[in-house]
Amino acid sequence: MATQHSRSAARTMMAPAVFLLLVWMLVPLILTLWFSVMDYRPLRGTFECCEGLGNYIRFASSSSFQDAIVTTLIMVGGILLITVTGGILLALLLDQPIWGQGIVRILVIAPFFVMPTVAALVWKNMFMNPVNGLLAHLWEFFGAEPISWLTQVPLFSIIIIVSWIWLPFATLILLTAIQSLDSEQMEAAEMDGASPIARFFYIVLPHLSRAITVVILIQTIFLLSIFAEIFVTTGGGFGTRTLTYLVYQRVIESQNVGLGSAGGIFAVILANIVAIFLMRMVGKNLDK
Amino acid sequence: MARAIPTSRRLAFTALAWIIGLLIFFPIAWIILTSFKTEAVAIADPPVFVNFEWTLENYCLVGLFPEADAQGNGGWLRGLMCDPDTPQRSDYTRFLMNSIVIALGSTLLGLLIAVPAAWSMAFVPGKGTKNILLWMLSTKMLPAVGVLYPIRLILIELNMLDSKGSMIFILTMINLPIIIWMLYTYFREIPVEILEAARMDGAGLKEEILYVLTPMAVPGIASTVLLNIILAWNEAFWTLTLTTVDAAPLSAFIASYSSPEGLFYAKLSAASAMAIAPILIMGWFSQKQLVRGLTFGAVK
Repeated sequence: MATQHSRSAARTMMAPAVFLLLVWMLVPLILTLWFSVMDYRPLRGTFECCEGLGNYIRFASSSSFQDAIVTTLIMVGGILLITVTGGILLALLLDQPIWGQGIVRILVIAPFFVMPTVAALVWKNMFMNPVNGLLAHLWEFFGAEPISWLTQVPLFSIIIIVSWIWLPFATLILLTAIQSLDSEQMEAAEMDGASPIARFFYIVLPHLSRAITVVILIQTIFLLSIFAEIFVTTGGGFGTRTLTYLVYQRVIESQNVGLGSAGGIFAVILANIVAIFLMRMVGKNLDK
Repeated sequence: MARAIPTSRRLAFTALAWIIGLLIFFPIAWIILTSFKTEAVAIADPPVFVNFEWTLENYCLVGLFPEADAQGNGGWLRGLMCDPDTPQRSDYTRFLMNSIVIALGSTLLGLLIAVPAAWSMAFVPGKGTKNILLWMLSTKMLPAVGVLYPIRLILIELNMLDSKGSMIFILTMINLPIIIWMLYTYFREIPVEILEAARMDGAGLKEEILYVLTPMAVPGIASTVLLNIILAWNEAFWTLTLTTVDAAPLSAFIASYSSPEGLFYAKLSAASAMAIAPILIMGWFSQKQLVRGLTFGAVK
């Protein structure tokens, strides 16, 4: 049982972590909030009070914001669709008794460990290049006209690259969840004559629903802030400018810090909407 | 698996799984193969897979085997592996050192802060513990881009932009919630009775942590370290936006290949292979822990 002594010791031991995280979160956030109501353009030397909600209104009413929101939704939605469906199918396959399961598993999860800049650059140059890329050779082999991936279908190309990184993540987590499924239940259903499809929809999918939700939420948090993959492929051009990238361009490239900070606050709000759901699920798990 | 499965079905599943697995792994295999080609072979049409003359030239060019320094130290490996006419085009070892220093530094600093915190929350939980844990996790959800400019500004004011120290601190803060969470879930699995027994025998707080808890927690701490190194090594937002020369790690080094060097496939491949190899190996060892760490204990 915790004594008074150990309680105060516990508080002391927790203090550095709590203090540092508090400072790390609050100081920059308050500065961003402050900048977001200023006319702050360091290159022109302007740092003037006060725009009020002016920056927010200007940012939200610009067409680039609306485009960025649409791009973000398509990108995140597309990647989620590919990785979650692919992840379920792959997890089901890897759960079967196959020869060399351990090795296949290692092959499948490998892309998750590839750093984003490497993945993006290698895909861009060695696969998607319209002249020397491997996909161009493949297209030619089948007698088709090679595609210039990053200029003709740039958004789709980035979705493929990022999905390649995140498919292993979804697969790994869903596989872990499938393996905790009670096999007796499956056998009973099989004896009762349930078809594989019925078994999937009535037993496996409900069992996986929790893991699927977790995958979707965690991926969304990470995917909302995709940066490196866009940075090294299109640099935000050709309609691949997400909200994160737009804010980056405003504050760093065009140095309109006031406007960009307002955009940053929008990004924070968007992430928080997703985070609330995730926290609720994680919190429920803590009580068990 | 207790159920008997017909061999033909098993064969079909095996074949399908292997084909898909190899397809997913193929880009990595292609990087490794290309890194041993000459530039001419790398863009050969049609592409060649394994039947070419393997060469270490790209690794020499990119600087895997560093040249001797001004005092003439080192460089023997280069003499052994490389053609003396092959120039060293980039300073790979410096970026590698930065990656190692930043990844290890942020992991150690993170552990130093997280172990006591996770310990106290797992063994002396109070009323607010759950909320503190959730709040810590929520700091991880803050989009980096929303706080990029203030942090850049603070670093400029402190004259610490592009310094290893600031990168270590930032990556520590980014991953701290994950470290605390992972340690917390591991610590909670240690039975409290053991601690009580130690206390009965007169162990103080220090002895308790050092001699009872730490040995039992080593596996958990080890997998936490592994996951954190992976995350820090691959981090690419803060390293791309806050480093230029002195503190740039491998993720920034590769991004500098964006153009026009990126069109030299063999060199790009060698640089990429060297940047991902250590983490790939570590990742394979930590795949089980990864699930727990990345889902904050929600899926085990």
